[in-house]
Amino acid sequence: MADNGDDDSQHRMKEGDYVVLKRGEIFKAAQIVTKKKVIFEKQWFFLENAVGHLYNTTFEIQGGHLQLKKISDAGDANDSKEVAGVDNRNIVDDGKSQKLTRDDIEMLKEKGLKGQEIIQQLIDNSSTFKDKTEYAQDKYIKKKKKKYENSVTLLKPSCRILAMMYHGREPGKICHLRYDTLAQMLTLGNIHAGSKVIVFETCAGLVLGAVMERMGGFGSVVQMYPGGGPVRAGVDSFGFPAHFHQTLHEFPLCRVNALLNGTLEAAGKNPSADEPVTNAEEEQLAPGAEQQGSPEELSMETSAVDSDSLEPEEKEREKRKEAKEQEKKQRLDEKRKKLSAAAAVLEGKNADGLVIASRFHPCPVLMGLLPLLAPSRPFVVYSQYKEPLVECYTKLKEQGGTVNLQLTNTWLRHYQVLPNRTHPLLLMSGGGGYLLSGTTVASGPPKPVQPKPAGASQSKEEPAPKRLKTTDTDTA
Amino acid sequence: MSFAEYSECIAEGDVAIIYLSHDSMMPVKVQRGAQTQTRYGVLRHSQDLIGHKYGSKVSCSKGWVHVLHPTPELWTVSLPHRTQILYTTDISMITMMLDLKPGSVVCESGTGSGSLSHAIIRTIAPTGHLHTVEFHQQRAMKVQEEFAEHRVGHMVTVRNQDVCKDGFGVSGVADAVFLDIPSPWDAVGHAKSALKREGGRVCSFSPCIEQVQRTCAAFTDHGFSEICTLEVLLQVHDVRTVSLPLPDFGTDSDLNQDQDQAQNQGQNQSPAAVSIKTTTKPREIPGHTGFLTFATKPRT
Repeated sequence: MADNGDDDSQHRMKEGDYVVLKRGEIFKAAQIVTKKKVIFEKQWFFLENAVGHLYNTTFEIQGGHLQLKKISDAGDANDSKEVAGVDNRNIVDDGKSQKLTRDDIEMLKEKGLKGQEIIQQLIDNSSTFKDKTEYAQDKYIKKKKKKYENSVTLLKPSCRILAMMYHGREPGKICHLRYDTLAQMLTLGNIHAGSKVIVFETCAGLVLGAVMERMGGFGSVVQMYPGGGPVRAGVDSFGFPAHFHQTLHEFPLCRVNALLNGTLEAAGKNPSADEPVTNAEEEQLAPGAEQQGSPEELSMETSAVDSDSLEPEEKEREKRKEAKEQEKKQRLDEKRKKLSAAAAVLEGKNADGLVIASRFHPCPVLMGLLPLLAPSRPFVVYSQYKEPLVECYTKLKEQGGTVNLQLTNTWLRHYQVLPNRTHPLLLMSGGGGYLLSGTTVASGPPKPVQPKPAGASQSKEEPAPKRLKTTDTDTA
Repeated sequence: MSFAEYSECIAEGDVAIIYLSHDSMMPVKVQRGAQTQTRYGVLRHSQDLIGHKYGSKVSCSKGWVHVLHPTPELWTVSLPHRTQILYTTDISMITMMLDLKPGSVVCESGTGSGSLSHAIIRTIAPTGHLHTVEFHQQRAMKVQEEFAEHRVGHMVTVRNQDVCKDGFGVSGVADAVFLDIPSPWDAVGHAKSALKREGGRVCSFSPCIEQVQRTCAAFTDHGFSEICTLEVLLQVHDVRTVSLPLPDFGTDSDLNQDQDQAQNQGQNQSPAAVSIKTTTKPREIPGHTGFLTFATKPRT
C-alpha cells in the first residue's frame, strides 16, 4: 500500500510541532512556534518557514529564517580532485598557508556567500591544499563544511534521536544514561503495547518518553515521582499525539506504602496534606492575592450580603479571589481524581514491568516498588554507578522472589568506514551506566538452603563460570 | 499467552519457559497429559503447569524449577538454534536505532532461527507487520510453525525466497529494513524499494569488516544518508563475596609478644580476613558478534 498525497500531511511539519534540529552530530530539541526565535549552534532564527514542509528536510539559515536548501548545493566543493600530493613530508604547518584572514572570511559571509562558496574560496587561497593527499583534502573539506555550513535539518523526534541528543548535550540531566544503555533497558524490560509499566526516573522525562513510544498509546504507564510533582519536560519533546497522555498516570512515591497496606483511602485522598512542596508552589503562583487573602477572605464571608455596597475596585479583587479559590479547588479535585485513577491501576499489584533510572539510591526504590509487579515479569534498574546495583543484587538474593538477575554494562564503539580509511573511532565503555535486570517469580515462604544436586548452594546461584559458554557462542 | 501479550495463567498449548538456573532455561510446549524431564525431576503438565500462575515454583523430585511467561528475551537464550542467532544486546540496539514501535512495518532477511524476528514482532504489535525472508526452505517452515505456536502468526509473513534476487515481496510499505545475510550489498536496492516513499531506516549486520565496507559503499551509491557503523558489546559483572586475608605485622612490642598473643586469641582483636562484596568479570570479555551499520533513506 503505497502512500498517496493524503498521507503526506502526517509527515509534514505543522505549527506547534516538536522537532529536533540537527547539524552534523549536533542535535537540539525545539518547537515550531511562530515569532519564537530559536538559538542553535550560535545562530538565531525562526522556524515558521518549515511549516508545510516534510520532516527531515534540510534548510539554509538566511536572514534569521529558514530557506529550502537547493539540491544542487549538495555537490562536492572540490569535484576536480586532479591535483593532490602523495604524502606530507614537505608540508610545513606554519599556520600561514591560508591567505584569507578572519576579517576576509567575515566579509565573504556578509556578502551573502553560501557555505559551499566560502569553502571554495578557502581552498583557492590555501597554498598547501594541492600538496595534500586526496584523503587529507577530503578531511579538510569535511572540516570546513562543519564550520561554515549554514544548514540545519529538522527531524521528527524519536527515542533514538532524543537519547543521542541528551547524551551529547546534557548528560547530567539524564544521569549519564547512554543511548545504548537505554536501548537495553527498553528491550530487557519487554516494554510493549498493551502492558502496564511502572516508571521511576529522574532523567528529565527521556526514559518515560522512551517507554511511552514503545507502548504506542496502548496499555498504561504509571510514573512514580519522588517529591511534589512528576517532572516530564522531556516527554513533550517526543511530540506524542494527545491520546498518548491518556495512558499516562502519576503516583507519589510517599503514598506507595499506604497503597500496599491498603490504607490509601483511609488516609483521605487529600493530596495537599503530605505534599508541602506543592502548597508552596501554589502560594508562589499567587503571592499578592494570598498575602492579602486572610483578612479579605473573612471580610468576604461576613460581608457577602453587603457585596453591593463595596467599591467597584474591591469587587474586582473579590471576584479574582473567588476565581482563584475556585481554581485551587479544581486543581485539588483533579489531583485527587488522578491519584485515585493511578491507585486503581496499581492496587492490583499486577504491573507488567518496572523501569528505574534515577539519581536516588536504587536499592530502596527497587525494594519498595517490586511488590507492585505480577510474578514472571521483568524489571530493569539503571544506575550511573555499579556499587548500588551490587547492593540491590545482594538484597534480592537474600530476599528471594526474583530469578535471572544480571548486572551488566554495554560497550559502544563507532567506526569510520571509508575506502582505505576504515578504523574504529571512539570507544564508550563504563561511562554509560550500569543495569541490573531480572524477572519476578511467585514469592513463596522464605526458602531455606535447598539441597540441590551438584552441590548447588546460595553462592552457586550467582552466575557460574558456565555462563561463559553462552557468551562464547557469540564468537563461534 | 502470546509472545506479544502477557497472560496470568498457564494454559494448554502455551509455550512456557522452564527456569532451572541462571544458565539453564528450556522452552516447553504445554500439553495435557504430557511430561517433561528436567535434571531436577519430572514435570507433569496437567498437575504442575496447567492452571497455575506464570512465575510459580514447581517442586520436582530432586529440587524445584520456576515456570516463566515467554518473552522474546527468554526465547533468545533458550530457542533451538538452526543458525547462529542475534542476542539481546544487538537486538536492543537494532530495535532502538531502527525507530521500531507499535505499528511499524518491518522487512527482515534472513530469518534464520527467528531470534530477532520475535523481538521485532513484540515491538511492532499489535498494529505493525513483519515481512521476513528466508532462503532455506526447512528453516522458513520451522520458523513459521513457531510463529503460529507463539500466537504471533497474524503479525508476520514468511517468504521462502532469495532476497538478493527477488527482494522482500512487498514495496513501498516498510518503515525499516534489516539485513543479516552474507552479501547485503546485493540487497540494498531491494531494501530501498521495500521502504516507504517518505523514507525509513535500514540496518545491516555483518561479522566481517570487508562486508561492512561494501555495504556502506552500496548505501552511499543508493542515496542513503546518516550512514553509521557501530558495534555494541555486553560486559557482565558477576557479584561475588570475596574474603581477603589480613597480614600479621606482629604486636607493638616483641617483649610482650607472648602475653599479647594470649590476649589476642581470647579477645579476637585482629580479624584474620575481611569479607567484601564485589564484582568480577569473566576471564574473557565477550567477543565480537558483528558490526551494525545503520542508514536513513530520504524521501524519494
